[in-house]
Amino acid sequence: MNLLAQPVGLPHYLVVSAILFVCGVVCMATKRNMLGVLMGIELVLNGANLNFVAFGSPMLRAGPSDGLGLDGQLIALFVIVLAAAEAAVALAIALNFYHTHATVDVDRGEELKG
Amino acid sequence: MELSETLPLLLGLAWLLPLASFVLIVFFGPRMGRGGYYAAYLATAAIMASFALSVVALAGWLAAHPLTAAAHGAHAAAASAAVSGDWYSLGEFGPLRITIGYYIDSLTLAMFCMVTLVASCIHVYSFGYMHGELSDVIDTLAPLANGQPVRRRGRFCRFFQYLSLFCFSMLGLVVAGNVAMVFVFWELVGICSYLLIGFWHERKSASNAANKAFIVNRVGDFGMIIGLMVLWTGMGTFSFGDYQTVNAKGDTVTKPGIFSQVRPGPNHRLQVPNGMVKMAARREIEKIAAHAPTINGDLPLRRASAAMMTWAAVKKWRAQGYGYGLLVVAGLGIFCGCVGKSAQFPLHVWLPDAMEGPTPVSALIHAATMVAAGVYLVGRFYPVFTPEVLLVIACVGCITLFLAATIALTATDIKRVLAYSTVSQLGFMMLALGLGGWLAGMFHLLTHAFFKSLLFLCSGSVIHSCGTNEMPRMGGLRKKMPYTATTMLIGCLAIAGAGLPGTVVGLSGFFSKDYIVAQDLSFWGANPRLGGPLYCAALIGAGMTAFYMFRLWYMTFAGQPRDEAVHHHAHESPRGMTVPLMILALLAVVAAWNVPGTNFGIEPLLTQAQPAGTAEGLAHGRMWPNVTVPAEHLSHSPAIHARAEWAAFGTALLGFLLATVLYGLRKWDPEDVRRTFAPLHRFLVHKWWFDELYALVFVRPVLRLSGWVAILDKQGLDWLADNSARAVAAVARLDDWIDRIFVDAPVNLTARWTYAFALRLRVLQTGNIRQYVLWLAAGAVALFVLMSLYWNYAVAGI
Repeated sequence: MNLLAQPVGLPHYLVVSAILFVCGVVCMATKRNMLGVLMGIELVLNGANLNFVAFGSPMLRAGPSDGLGLDGQLIALFVIVLAAAEAAVALAIALNFYHTHATVDVDRGEELKG
Repeated sequence: MELSETLPLLLGLAWLLPLASFVLIVFFGPRMGRGGYYAAYLATAAIMASFALSVVALAGWLAAHPLTAAAHGAHAAAASAAVSGDWYSLGEFGPLRITIGYYIDSLTLAMFCMVTLVASCIHVYSFGYMHGELSDVIDTLAPLANGQPVRRRGRFCRFFQYLSLFCFSMLGLVVAGNVAMVFVFWELVGICSYLLIGFWHERKSASNAANKAFIVNRVGDFGMIIGLMVLWTGMGTFSFGDYQTVNAKGDTVTKPGIFSQVRPGPNHRLQVPNGMVKMAARREIEKIAAHAPTINGDLPLRRASAAMMTWAAVKKWRAQGYGYGLLVVAGLGIFCGCVGKSAQFPLHVWLPDAMEGPTPVSALIHAATMVAAGVYLVGRFYPVFTPEVLLVIACVGCITLFLAATIALTATDIKRVLAYSTVSQLGFMMLALGLGGWLAGMFHLLTHAFFKSLLFLCSGSVIHSCGTNEMPRMGGLRKKMPYTATTMLIGCLAIAGAGLPGTVVGLSGFFSKDYIVAQDLSFWGANPRLGGPLYCAALIGAGMTAFYMFRLWYMTFAGQPRDEAVHHHAHESPRGMTVPLMILALLAVVAAWNVPGTNFGIEPLLTQAQPAGTAEGLAHGRMWPNVTVPAEHLSHSPAIHARAEWAAFGTALLGFLLATVLYGLRKWDPEDVRRTFAPLHRFLVHKWWFDELYALVFVRPVLRLSGWVAILDKQGLDWLADNSARAVAAVARLDDWIDRIFVDAPVNLTARWTYAFALRLRVLQTGNIRQYVLWLAAGAVALFVLMSLYWNYAVAGI
């Protein structure tokens, strides 16, 4: 089945979100800059969010749903708020890390390794 | 303020001041000046203040109760004017009230003044006598195991601390308003006596004497406790005087004390109290209760009628003699305590040994006050005694006075002569009390306190300067110690009863001893068969008193020095010691006189305190109906009194002359006399073998028994205890082993494994974030791979 030959549906969204997610993971795994790692996290979250939105959309759904059918959107909003909170905390940690180590290189923060 | 309020206040303060001094010295004594020197000032100030308060109280009393001229028998039946009450109630347990109370009459006041005065003199005297204790002491009389003398700290302040405690206890005993309190203070003076006899407790003899005094007194106190139990069960109260209490309905009611129960008004004749009658007749009461009439089984009615019938029958039972035996037992029990405390036969053995204590203590405790407490208690309890008890008291007193006087004849230790003399004089007092001479006994108690404390302090002065107690090493000290010699001569004259018969000229002992002899003579008149031996013994005792006292004086002060070293060393004591001697000598002379121009004197004062109804004498006891205790005023009739006076004077003169011939003029050699009567002399020197007898009958069997018990203890009980301990230890060791092998080992192993595993795991914690992310991703992928392989509809349950 060739996706490019299909009208835009759920699988397309899933593919985009998977690509986004993998990009985020790769970004987290490869970046030494802490801000880069944070960006990777944002990508991962948004990739996942895209999934929720896609599954929750009434236009993309095959059958009728019971209830309002807003579960996906609700959780997406929740994830966005969570991401914002996480970003605030993470940025504060990054700032403190910079204060103590004069750098944002995560590899330098290995004082607690086993 | 009313007299009934001021008297307890004054005497209470006088009583508690020595206690305050004691407490202060206990805590701050050693810090009061060098060696605690100022503790002596504190104690002396306290007792002198007590004396002043006592005198004020006496003056207050006399203002309210003026003394009348000796009105013998006139107010004998009148109720006594005693002030009694409670300072503080310790608790009420049903009918049992334990209180700190007072019973104040003129006897209490006289005793207070006497005790505080004598104690003041002795406190002042002790400044000089005890000054050796201010610095470290080397006690040559107390050798250590290696033969070296003991070196120890001085105990100056401790001495005054004990003296203060003693004064407090003695005054508490005198002022006590109930028998329970009397008993408490009775024991307190006993413990003070114990502490002061053992003051030099490094000396074996002193610690032995202290133990002996304490243990012998326990024997007497055992009887006293029995007496107290009988009194309590029979009368339901310990209080001397009437007391107020709140009954079940909340009303305040006045209940009769011991004296009112035994001698109810208005004629104050001795009768068995209702409680004792009912106690003795409890079988009859049960019978009445069983046969009491009843209407339709109405129990309260039946009980009430039984109570009424019992009430009606009490009089009949009393006439039949129910409860009389209990009253006799109560009296004998109380007297038993007095026998111990006043060193009467057969418990007299402790007092001579008590002379191991410092001499001021001998003067205060073992001559003037504590030993007199027994006589005082007999006087206090006088209303309770039946004729049988009185006769026992008289016989014990008579035996004691004779026995102690004979022993004093041969004693050579100056303090022991005085100790036996004290025992003998206490015997005189008991004899007088037992024969119905309440006034005579109490009078002699007070006069004796003055001259005997004087004699003891004089002997202390001699010992202090000679360094020995042995009279054969003294002699010729008159010129070296003029004050001591003169005051002691006055003391000897006073105790021998010097005076002119037929006139009112005489030293204090003259009057009091005359009363005793006169009472004795009066008793002989009433009991022809019994009275003779008692009278003769008392007369012979009086003669021996004169003999041994002058023998003492001659051997110490007259003649030629017998030991040059002692004589050379002798010197007159310092002023601080001779001034109390002079005060006491003055008192020994004048104590029995009335203040000229007034009625004030010890005798009228005591007459006022005579317990209601006791002056009339007693007769017709239930057990020995023939014994008649004559009324005291009969002995003051001129016929009897003159005869007694002349007889006492004659025997005393005889004793004095014999002593003068033997020891003063040395016309006969005492050695010859001794050889002539060798067996008798040996008998007396060994104190009638009493110590040996008691050792044989009581001490050695007890020691042997305790030896056996000790063996049983060591071989039996200790063995058992040791081995059970060993068994327990073995079981514990086994437990320990099991614990280690089966409990500790698995736990430790688990911990070790956990630790090793964790050590391995810690390498995973690299600190590299990218690695963690990779792990995460790989883990997620692995999870998905596993799910895609194994997750199917069956597993999901759809």
